[in-house]
Amino acid sequence: MKDFIIPWDDADMGTPVSKSEKMITLTIDGSEITVPEGTSVMRASAEAGIQVPKLCASDNLEAFGSCRLCVVEIEGRRGTPASCTTPVSEGMVVHTQSSKVKKIRKGVMELYVSDHPLDCLTCSANGDCELQDMAGMVGLRDVRYTPGQNHYDPSGTGARSQAEAKLRMPTGDLGNPLFTPKDDSNPYFTYDPSKCIVCSRCVRACEEVQGTFALTIEGRGFGSRVSAGAAMDDFLSSDCVSCGACVQACPTATLQEKSVAELGTPERAVITTCAYCGVGCSFKAEMNGDELVRMTPYKHGKANRGHSCVKGRFAYGYANHKDRILNPMIRDTIHDPWREVSWEEALDFAARRMKGLQERYGRKSVGVITSSRCTNEETYLVQKLARGVFLNNNTDTCARVCHSPTGYGLGQTFGTSAGTQDFDSVEATDVMVVIGANPTDAHPVFGSRMKKRLREGAKLIVIDPRRIDLVKSAHVEAAHHLALRPGTNVAVVTALAHVIVTEGLMDEAYIRERCDWNEFQEYAEFVSQDRHSPEATESLTGVPAEELRAAARLYATGGNGAIYYGLGVTEHSQGSTTVMGIANLAMLTGNVGGNGMGVNPLRGQNNVQGSCDMGSFPHELPGYRHVKNADVRAIFEQAWGVQIDPEPGLRIPNMLDAAVDGTFKGLYCQGEDILQSDPDTKHVAAGLAAMECVIVHDLFLNETANYAHVFLPGSTFLEKDGTFTNAERRINRVRRVMAPKNGYADWEVTQLLANAMGADWTYTHPTQIMDEIAATTPSFAGVSYELLEEKGSVQWPVNEAHPEGTPLMHVDGFVRGKGRFIVTEYVATEERTGPRFPLLLTTGRILSQYNVGAQTRRTENSVWHKEDVLEIHPHDAETRGVTDGAWIRLASRSGETTLRAKITDRVSPGVVYTTFHHPDTQANVVTTDFSDWATNCPEYKVTAVQVAPSNGPSDWQEDYAAQAAQARRILPAAE
Amino acid sequence: MRHDLPQPSVDDIQALIDGQLHLEGPLLPILHAIQEEFGHVPEAAIPLVAESLNLTRAEVHGVMSFYHDFREVPAGRHVVRICRAEACQSMGANVLAEETLAKLGLEWHGTTANGAVTIEPVYCLGLCACAPAAMVDGRVVGRVDAAKMDEIIAEAGA
Repeated sequence: MKDFIIPWDDADMGTPVSKSEKMITLTIDGSEITVPEGTSVMRASAEAGIQVPKLCASDNLEAFGSCRLCVVEIEGRRGTPASCTTPVSEGMVVHTQSSKVKKIRKGVMELYVSDHPLDCLTCSANGDCELQDMAGMVGLRDVRYTPGQNHYDPSGTGARSQAEAKLRMPTGDLGNPLFTPKDDSNPYFTYDPSKCIVCSRCVRACEEVQGTFALTIEGRGFGSRVSAGAAMDDFLSSDCVSCGACVQACPTATLQEKSVAELGTPERAVITTCAYCGVGCSFKAEMNGDELVRMTPYKHGKANRGHSCVKGRFAYGYANHKDRILNPMIRDTIHDPWREVSWEEALDFAARRMKGLQERYGRKSVGVITSSRCTNEETYLVQKLARGVFLNNNTDTCARVCHSPTGYGLGQTFGTSAGTQDFDSVEATDVMVVIGANPTDAHPVFGSRMKKRLREGAKLIVIDPRRIDLVKSAHVEAAHHLALRPGTNVAVVTALAHVIVTEGLMDEAYIRERCDWNEFQEYAEFVSQDRHSPEATESLTGVPAEELRAAARLYATGGNGAIYYGLGVTEHSQGSTTVMGIANLAMLTGNVGGNGMGVNPLRGQNNVQGSCDMGSFPHELPGYRHVKNADVRAIFEQAWGVQIDPEPGLRIPNMLDAAVDGTFKGLYCQGEDILQSDPDTKHVAAGLAAMECVIVHDLFLNETANYAHVFLPGSTFLEKDGTFTNAERRINRVRRVMAPKNGYADWEVTQLLANAMGADWTYTHPTQIMDEIAATTPSFAGVSYELLEEKGSVQWPVNEAHPEGTPLMHVDGFVRGKGRFIVTEYVATEERTGPRFPLLLTTGRILSQYNVGAQTRRTENSVWHKEDVLEIHPHDAETRGVTDGAWIRLASRSGETTLRAKITDRVSPGVVYTTFHHPDTQANVVTTDFSDWATNCPEYKVTAVQVAPSNGPSDWQEDYAAQAAQARRILPAAE
Repeated sequence: MRHDLPQPSVDDIQALIDGQLHLEGPLLPILHAIQEEFGHVPEAAIPLVAESLNLTRAEVHGVMSFYHDFREVPAGRHVVRICRAEACQSMGANVLAEETLAKLGLEWHGTTANGAVTIEPVYCLGLCACAPAAMVDGRVVGRVDAAKMDEIIAEAGA
C-alpha cells in the first residue's frame, strides 16, 4: 500500500492478473488497451495508466465490489457498474470520470468520512492511508453529516495529539455504545476498530492469502466491525497466526504495525530476502535512514508472491537485541572469562592457534563448519578457507543434520541434489503427498499456497506420525492421513509402491521412455513381494492396509501428483533410503518433469540449499563434484593457486569423534550452534571440550560458544550483500540496508581470518565472489549480480542452455540420463522401544520459533511459544499419572531432561513429540547418535524414551546451566 | 465466558450438531437447533460447531452475529418486539418504545430483573395498516398504544 516508497512496478492494480491467453481490446477514457480476457475494468484501467478510486480492492484479493468507490460508466450499459467486478469485453468503451460517477464517489466518501475520526495529522497511517488518498482523489471538500452515534470517540476529534485524544476521552461510559477500544494484544500490531471502514480486505486476506480464516465481520449494517475469532476472543487468543497479511491489506490505521506507530512512516525501501526458512520470501525492508521501520512482503517475490509469516514479517528484533555481541573476544581456556579485544588481536590469536595446531597435530587436525544461515558467498569462502588455506577437506555444514540424505538420494536417482519444481508449480497440482513435513508451521508461506490449492479442490495425503494442521484445519482436510509409527517410512513408501505395481497403476510408457527398464524390472519384482504388501506391513507401521491402498491409488491416478517432504523423511537411519523410495514413487507414476508434479524437499534453513551447492560437504567441491576428480580439482587449483587434497575430509560427527580421540583440535564454526542442534548433546560437548581452538562466528554467545576460545561477532542479513538459495533452487539477492553493527560483514571476517593465516584474498564486494563461483561451477555459470538485478531471482542451473535459469528440472529427461530405480529394503532402526523406554519420541518445530531459537527467542515471538512442551497422548499420560501442564522427566538411553507435558491426541498412543527451540530444555540431550547409513544424518526423529512425573530440572540441566553461566562471563573492557 | 448462564454439556451440544450434519449447508440449522434447545447459543457451542463443520470460530461468529435472532444470552420468559419501521414510526412507535423502555428501566434487548420480559426492536412486521405494531412471543398485535402496552407487560408479569 505504500505506492510512493517504491515507484517501479509496485502499484496496486486492484484485481488479480488474469491467466487467459485470449486478448481483449477496449477503450478507457479515450485510450485503447489490450488485456487478457477475464481482466477487470479496474485492472485494465490501471494497465492503461489510469487509476480508478478504490478502497476494498487489492490485486492480491478477488474482487469484492463493496466500497462502491470504483464505479464507472460503460457506453451502452445501464447504471454505474463497479469496475473491480466488471470484466472487460471486446470493444467496450469506459469512462472513469463522468460527472455522474464523480458525484456518486463524493457521496460515498462523505459517508465513509462521517464515521471516521479526523485525527489524520497524528494518526499512525498519516501519509500511508488510502482513505486519505481517496478523499483527495475524489475531491471531497465537505461532509454534510452532523456527528451522531459513531464508532469512534467523538471527543477525540481534532485532538492535536494521540495523548490529548486520550486525555479528552471520558473514563467509564463514553456515551457511545458503538465505540470499542484498541486491541493491543498482538505484540506486533494493533487493531483500532474506530478507524475501520469495513472494506473486508483484512478478512479476505486472512482467508484467501493466508488461509487461516481467523477474522470475520461481526454484526451487520452500520454496526458491523472486524472481529478476530469469536465474541470472547482478541487477536492473540484467536486463530490468528500473525502473518501480517491483514495489516498489509488494511487501507487505514485500523490494523497497523506498532513499529510504524512508534517510528513513523518509512521513506524508502530495499528489496531483500528473508533469513528464516527455506521458502526464501522476498521482502521490502522499509527504512528511515538506516533504521528499519518494518518488513513487508514484496509482491513480485517469486517464492512468496507477496505473502509472509510471523517470522519474516515481524521477528527481526534480534538484530538489535541486547544479547548481541559486537566486539571480538578471546580467552586462553574455556574456563576463563571472555576478554574483549580488537579485531586484529582476535584474528591474530585465532590464526596463530590454528597454525600452531596444524604444525603440532598435522594439516588435517583443523576444520570448518559452514552456515546454512549465511550467504552463498560467505559459505563459499568458508569452504575455500578449509580447502585453500587449511589445505584439507574438513568442511561440513548443518545440512549434514537435515537434508544430506536428500542430496544423496535424489542425486542417485535423478542426478541432481535438489527439488524438481518451483513453488508456483503447486498451483497445477492435483494430489499432494506431504511426508514428514509440517509446512504450515515450518514453511508457512508455502503452506498457505498449498492450502489455497487444496481449497480449489486438490487432494491431500499426509504421511506423518502426528496429526499436523494440514490433516484437518478450516476448509482443508486430508483425503488420507497415514499415521505411521516413527521409523517405518521405508516400509510405508515401499508398500505404496507395492500397491501401484501390483495393481498395475504405474505409467509404463513413461518408465520405458525415461528410466532404465532393467532396473525397473528388478525393482518391480522386489516391491511386488508379498512381504511389502500393506497387509503384511500393517503390524509394523501401524497404518491400516485399506487406507494405505486407497492413498496409493489416489496418488497414482489422481492427476498431477507432487510429493513434498521434510526432515521427517531424512532424519532417520534410513533417511537416504526413504528419499530414494520417494523418487521411485514419482518415477513409477510419471510424476517428474511436468508442472504440478515432482519431488520437493522442503529445505529447513534460508540457505541450506545454497550451502550444499557451495561445496560445504567434505567430499564435494562446489556444484556437487567429488574431490577425487582431478579435473574438477584442477579448476579450483588454478583459480586459487593451491594444491587441493584429493581425500574427502571429516563430517561433523567424525570431527567430534576425532576430537574425543585427540586427533582433531581446531574448528571455525560460522553461524551454527552445533551444541544445541546436533544430536547427543553430551557427546558434542565432550568433542568441543577436547579441542584446543574453537572459533565461533555468530551473533550471540550461543551454546557452542560455551566451549569456544575465540568469538568473532557476526552480522545479520540486514547488514550485508549476498545471495540465498531457497528450496526451489532460487537464487535471491540479499541487500545491505544498514552498516554491520559489529564492523564487518561475515564474508569480510572470513577473509580477514584467511589473510591472517597467510592467504592473500582481496575481495571488496560479494559480487566478486559470485563471479568466482560462476567461473568455477557449471550450474552457476550464468549467475551474476547483473542478472539478478534484471530478473529479480533465477533458479539454478543457469548456464548456456538455460540462460534465465530452470524452474522445472528433468523436463525432457533426467539429468543423470535414465532415471534410476533403487531397491529400498526396510531395515528397522537399532533404536527400539523396550520395557525401560516404551515410547517413541519424535521432534519438530512450530510456527513462531525457528530452529534453536537464537533469533526468535530474542523477539516477541516467544508470546506464542515460551517453552518446549512434550505432546503426549491421553492414554499414555493417564497410565503414567501425567497431567496437562505438569513437569515430566523425559529419559532415553542417551540422557534425560525435564519439560512440561501437553496432553493431546495429535500424537498416536506410543508416540511423544517435542520441539527443540529452547536451550534450557535441550531436547537433544535425549536424542541418540544413530544416523543415516549413507550420509550420517542423525536420527532425530526416532528415540525410545520413557516419561515420568518430575519435580524440576534434571541434574544435566542444572550442571549445564551452571557451566553455561560460567562460560559466558565477559571481563569488563580494560581502560 | 458468562458463568451466570446455564452451561450445557459438550455432549448435549454435540448431539444437536450431529443431528443436522446430514443437511446441505448445516450451519444455520445447527444454530437454530441449539437455540431451540437452550434458548440461546452458548459461547461453548461456537468452537464445537466450528470443529464439526471444519470452519473457524470466527466464521461461525460472523454468521451468528449477522442474524439478530440468534441470542448470546437467553431472553426473558416473554419477548416483546416493538416495530421501528417507517409506518409505525409515523404512527408514534418511537414514543411508545421510549416510554416502554423507560418504564421498565431497560435498554433495547434488555430483560427485566425478574426475567419476565425482553424488549427488542424489529424492523417491519408487515402490519403497517395497524401501526404501531408489536409482536408478543411470536404473536402480532396491532394498534398498540400506551394502555395496550401496559396490558401486555402486565400480562407478561414484568
